[in-house]
Order: sequence, then C-alpha cells, then structure tokens
Amino acid sequence: MAGLTTTKQAHVSHDMGMHTEALRGKTQQRFFDVTEEAGGYSYPDALDVDFNKRAELDCEKLDSKQINAQLRDLMKRGYGTIVLQNPGSKHSLAVGILNRLNLYIEGSCGYFAVGLLDGPNVKIKGRVGWACGENMLSGTILIEKNAGSQFGAALRGGDIVCKGSVGSRTGIDQKGGNIIVGGDTGSFSGFMMQRGRMVICGNAGKNLGDSMYDGTIYLGGEARSLGVDAVPGEMTDLDREWLTRKLKLYGLYPAQGLGHFKKIVAGKQLWNYDNLEPGEKKLVL
Amino acid sequence: MCGIAGLIHRNGSGNIGQEMTQMLQSLKHRGPDSTGYAINGTPGRNEHIMRFKVAEQEDMAKSFDIIDEVKRRRAKVEERLATLGVQIIDKEDVTEYAFRYRIQYDGDMKKLADYVEDVEGTEILSMGNALELIKDLGDAARVAEQYDLRKFKGTHGIGHTRMATESDVDIRSAHPYWAYPYNDIAVVHNGQLTNYWMMRREFERRGHRFMSNCDSELLAVYTAYNLEHGATLEDSLRQSIQDIDGVFTYLVSTKDSLGMAKDTMAAKPMVLYESDDLVALASEEVAIRSVIPHEIDTWDPYDEEVRVWRA
Repeated sequence: MAGLTTTKQAHVSHDMGMHTEALRGKTQQRFFDVTEEAGGYSYPDALDVDFNKRAELDCEKLDSKQINAQLRDLMKRGYGTIVLQNPGSKHSLAVGILNRLNLYIEGSCGYFAVGLLDGPNVKIKGRVGWACGENMLSGTILIEKNAGSQFGAALRGGDIVCKGSVGSRTGIDQKGGNIIVGGDTGSFSGFMMQRGRMVICGNAGKNLGDSMYDGTIYLGGEARSLGVDAVPGEMTDLDREWLTRKLKLYGLYPAQGLGHFKKIVAGKQLWNYDNLEPGEKKLVL
Repeated sequence: MCGIAGLIHRNGSGNIGQEMTQMLQSLKHRGPDSTGYAINGTPGRNEHIMRFKVAEQEDMAKSFDIIDEVKRRRAKVEERLATLGVQIIDKEDVTEYAFRYRIQYDGDMKKLADYVEDVEGTEILSMGNALELIKDLGDAARVAEQYDLRKFKGTHGIGHTRMATESDVDIRSAHPYWAYPYNDIAVVHNGQLTNYWMMRREFERRGHRFMSNCDSELLAVYTAYNLEHGATLEDSLRQSIQDIDGVFTYLVSTKDSLGMAKDTMAAKPMVLYESDDLVALASEEVAIRSVIPHEIDTWDPYDEEVRVWRA
C-alpha cells in the first residue's frame, strides 16, 4: 500500500483487492473516461459521430480489410450507429475503433474481433473466436453466444461480457476493466492478471488465476484448481453490491442470488520486486 | 501454424470431397505449403484401396530420366504385389507419380506395406477398405483439382493445410498420416510435439517405421501401436494427453469414427459444431461456415478434451 494516499477510495480499492501496487518512478497510469460528463473523447482526432445516424453494412461479399475500411468511412461520415450484417465468422472485424460508436454485429466473428477499442459499445449476436476484445481501453462488448480462448486478453478498461461459455486463458494479462462470463471458462483464466475484475458465473478450468499479481476474480461455480498464488478472498458487501449491479445490467443475475459466489485474489507471495525503478535504485546505491 | 478440419455425416454419406475442399480452402491462410485429405468412402466388399506414390512432386522436374524411373519403380511395386498374391482389380494413374489401386489381399498387411515400401522412393499413403488418403503440394483447390476430389462421396473425413515449420515442404511431410500398417486409420495434427525424437526412437526399437522427420507422424504411429494392443480409439486419444509432450490438437479418422484430442494447455485452436446430422471441427469457425453458411452455435473444446463420433 506504500505510495497510495489513505483516501476512502484507496481503502475501498484495497478492500476489493485492487490498486494495491506501489506506483512510483516512471510508472504511468491513465484512466479513460468516456461518460458524457467527462466530455467523452480520449483522442484529439476521434471521430465525431451522431448516434441517430444509422447505417447497415452487408459483409457477405467483403473481406475483413474492406469491412474495416468501410466501417471507418461510415464513421468519418458521422454515422454513430452501424450494423454489420452477415459477418460470416471473418477475422479481425471492427478493430482499432477509438471513438464512440454503437456497433451491432448480427452474427458470429472469427479471431481478434473488436480488438484495440477505446470507446464503442458493441453488441454481437453470435459467437466470437480467439482474442475477442484484446487490449480494450474503454467501452462495452456484449456477446450473446460463446467465445473462444484469450477472451478479453490484456484488457485495460471497459466491460467485456459473454453470455455463453468461453475458452481457455480468459483475461490473460488483464490490466483493468471487467470481464464477465455467463457460463464456464477454460484453464488458466486470469493468468498473470494485474488489475480489474473477472466474473465467472459457471465453472472454471484448472489453474484459475495462476500467477495473478492483483485484481479480483468472482466465481459462481467450481474451479478445477486454483493457480499458483491465487487464494480465496473474503466477499464484502461492496463486492456483492458491485456484482449485483453488473450482473443485473447484463441480464446475468442468477435466480438463486449471489450466495454461491466465491472471491479469488492474489496471495502476493510471488512478488519479488522492490519498489524502486532502476534509475532510482542507482541513486540509492 | 497449420489448419486442421474434420467432418462426419451421422446419417449416411454426403459430398465429403467437396465439403472438405471448401473447409480446407478457407484455412489456406494457416498453411499454403501442402494440403491433405483422409476421406472415407463406401467400403467395398472384400477389397482394399491402396494409394501410393513412387516419387515426390519436386522429383518430376529434377531429372530427364525420372519418367522412366517412375515406370521402373511402379513395375517393381506391381511385381512385389504379385509375389505376395495380391490381386489388382483396377489401377488409376492419379498423377505422374501417385497411383490408386483397388486390390484383393487377405494376408499380413505389415508384410505387404514393408515389401512395397522397400522399393526406392515408394510410400504407401493409405491402405483401407474405405479410407483414401490424398496429399500433395499446394492449396486445397489445387489438390482437389489434381486428384478430382470434388465428386467424392463418403461419410467422414479429416484434412490438413500445412505451414512447414519442423520439416521439409514435400509430400512425405504433408498430413494426413496413415497409421501404418492398419487399415482405414489416419491422423492430422496442429502443433509441436516436444518429446518426438525420444518417442520415435522408442517406437523404432519396437519395429515401427517412420517415413518422414515430421513430428506429427508420431501420432499416427502412436495410435496404430495403441490400437494394435487392444485400446479403443477413445482410450488411445485419452492416453496420448499423458504420454505426449508439447502443444497439440489432433484428429483421427477410422473406418467408422472421427476422434479428437486436445493437449493439457489447450494451446492450439479447435472450434466444434455438433448437430444430429453432422459434426464439423476446424481450427477456425470460418471453415465450418464454408459448409454451413447460416448462423450456428459453436464452441471451443477445452484442454484435455477427448471426443469420438461415429458415422
């Protein structure tokens, strides 16, 4: 906890197993906020779109590059609500969108769908392949069916939600944001998690939370095993309030309530770093 | 990277040649070096289909004498078949260097395979009552055209698009691998086997033959060995997860079944679609969607998952 001020927020974060690392030296941290009040746009060149302008794009005869180029062109022309029809499980659809957008994908996507996002709200009617939502900074992704492995890999912000089950290594290297899975998840989920929250309503495969540095995992079912340094945590009222709000928001609140949910956090026994950056260490020595 | 695909019709046969071609062509970006099929047609009564090659595709451009050499090797193969009492029902020249013979033979299949493969440059690609194994350089469209595969009817098949990483770009290193010397068994694999050399030496000491330096061939030999010793296909697939190191997802086809196994790390992809009529698996969903264009429910099998479906 060294280095954090003892504000109420810091205590709250600490209680939830978040933000407990020392932030010193060259470490930089930027939080993105795309609420209306905050002004929204994170980038000076973000496209100014109008949610009331709606366009539909039939992807059947287009390849991924053409689809992404046409999507960008529609946003440049101010369309703020775009529907992709017949995506046909193509790869790398709708990646690198750095402005606000309501995007509806009426079918399934292949690998690396909606990666590198900052701001859009995405709804996908079908399934997604590996590495959906990788590196998202902010926004929401809601998937109606199942998802492949590396779901929400290296997530930094926003909500990524799969109503079905997902593959292995869910949220590998998660650095923020929230990953919510309505069904089961595979092995090594939460591997090297550093920050953020993961909710698994069903069961998890082996080595859940392996080598996690920080962050919180909520598990509704059973895990085949916990990973190295992943330990049970104590559910607080704050956890339950947050879970209730998020699960209700996405229609995943269980009929039996939250009594069966468990909390998993980092044991922090693997940490072998000191708090000094290399440059600082030289000064001390 | 490599791509693998499998398809099984659960209620009779379908256009398996065309379907597998579509699936493999849509996986071309995962490996354009070679493409292979192991497809199961209608079993013939009391006969076997032997597919073999007597040279590599690249050999055909290397020498003025190769055409005569191919003829000589083929004559030698036929001479040895005759010596063993094999009756040739018909012959098909599929390419200049690869052939399909329908034969009748009741003897020891290992003896036949060893004797035929002793002819220089010769490899039996497959032997079986229903299995036909075709592999060559290039993408699925090219191989399907070359071997006239689009008209092929059958119950199930597996296939592979190869990106060569561990061994050469040649037919010998292309998948699928026939599970020598067992009829109707073939394997395709995506991944790297890290205890390949150790296990290969073990199997070689037991008398099994390896035709290539491709690690995936081990899975065919391993499966053959297990089945020879009484294991079921499911037993063999499950045991492989314990015995074989590395990252792998692989498919096995037998005369009436299609099996799948995924390693303990689930590091290699597989997407599965399952219905009452059809089961389709592939490294990417886009391959499944090439034969089922409408929206479907698919999922990723988990680590250490083993499945077997019957035709």
